[in-house]
Amino acid sequence: MPSWFETRRSLIVSLADLQSGFIAHLRAPAAPPPDSLVASGGTPPNRRFNVYRNNVVASLIEALRASFPVVERLVGEEFFKATARAYIDHEPPKSPLMFLYGETFGAFLDAFPPAASVPYLGDVARLEFARLTAFHAVDKAPITIDHLSRLPQDQLGETEFQLHPSLTLLASRWPLFSLWAASSGEQSGEEVNLDNAEEVIVVRPHYDVDTRRLPGGGDSFIKALAEGLSLGEAAGLATAASEQFDLAQHLNGLFDLGAVTAVDIAHS
Amino acid sequence: MSAKTNVMSSAMVAGAVAVALSVSVSAPASAAGKEKCYGVSLAGQNDCAAGPGTTCAGTSTIDYQGNAWTLVPKGDCVKYGVESQEAKFELPGDRQGSLEAIDRDLPTG
Repeated sequence: MPSWFETRRSLIVSLADLQSGFIAHLRAPAAPPPDSLVASGGTPPNRRFNVYRNNVVASLIEALRASFPVVERLVGEEFFKATARAYIDHEPPKSPLMFLYGETFGAFLDAFPPAASVPYLGDVARLEFARLTAFHAVDKAPITIDHLSRLPQDQLGETEFQLHPSLTLLASRWPLFSLWAASSGEQSGEEVNLDNAEEVIVVRPHYDVDTRRLPGGGDSFIKALAEGLSLGEAAGLATAASEQFDLAQHLNGLFDLGAVTAVDIAHS
Repeated sequence: MSAKTNVMSSAMVAGAVAVALSVSVSAPASAAGKEKCYGVSLAGQNDCAAGPGTTCAGTSTIDYQGNAWTLVPKGDCVKYGVESQEAKFELPGDRQGSLEAIDRDLPTG
């Protein structure tokens, strides 16, 4: 009597089919609901399915609004929601953790034709996502600048820095910090000159995410330190990148921000 | 002297570190020196940006919501709604900032 076995087998396959069909139809608003849906009671399954489908999209739009409030403020609620809908269709979430959703929103905005008149929008989205990531990054205690005074002076150039795990650098061709600050309520009245390029650092040494505009050469300097280059090498690269680079100012800034968690002479 | 033109000399690095150490003031730009102030943030602008799927951050739904807080410099919270000299401390009506959650301007339902 092979029929029992075959029935069980086909049931398992059809469950997988049902699930993948369900997901595919969730993402295709114009399509009718999957044939395999059966509803108890009198309500036709398509009405119920449409409610479910609408809730999925609406809640994902709300999640994106919560993660990218400054992007929304820059383009308005209506535009944002339409954009979010297109993004959700293009890149549905891969994780059930909603604060992880939107990593590629910046890249999507860069290439989204309706947003072409706001070319800095992608960078603002990357900054907002960096702040969210910093919030959820591993905790680590920062050290003070005094630690440098304990190292042998003639070897300070060979010092390597460990930077905070929550740290992100963003080098923008737009006045990214000014745009974000003016629209986030952090610093209202900030003048925005679209000709200025700005480099931004995001770090969360304690409970608060700190977002700052970096002085000249900052991005090159900190990026080099993050890659494990020595203080002398990083300072050299930053000097080459910007003639305004001032090592003392950057050291103070980095330690004051709480962005440094360890310093040590490289053992090469 | 150095073969690698892109490396700053030890002497220059040491000099910059000395300058940095001398001007360093012990004022960490962190949560130290801040306090939670309730009832002063605009809708959706309360602090703790943990994002969607969490129970905090930007979740206040009405302006000056009494149980939503924002971080302000220490000592500033009690000035909200009291000190009229500075525009940033102005709150509409007779609202004041509070160091503890208060039961005004709460969302209904």
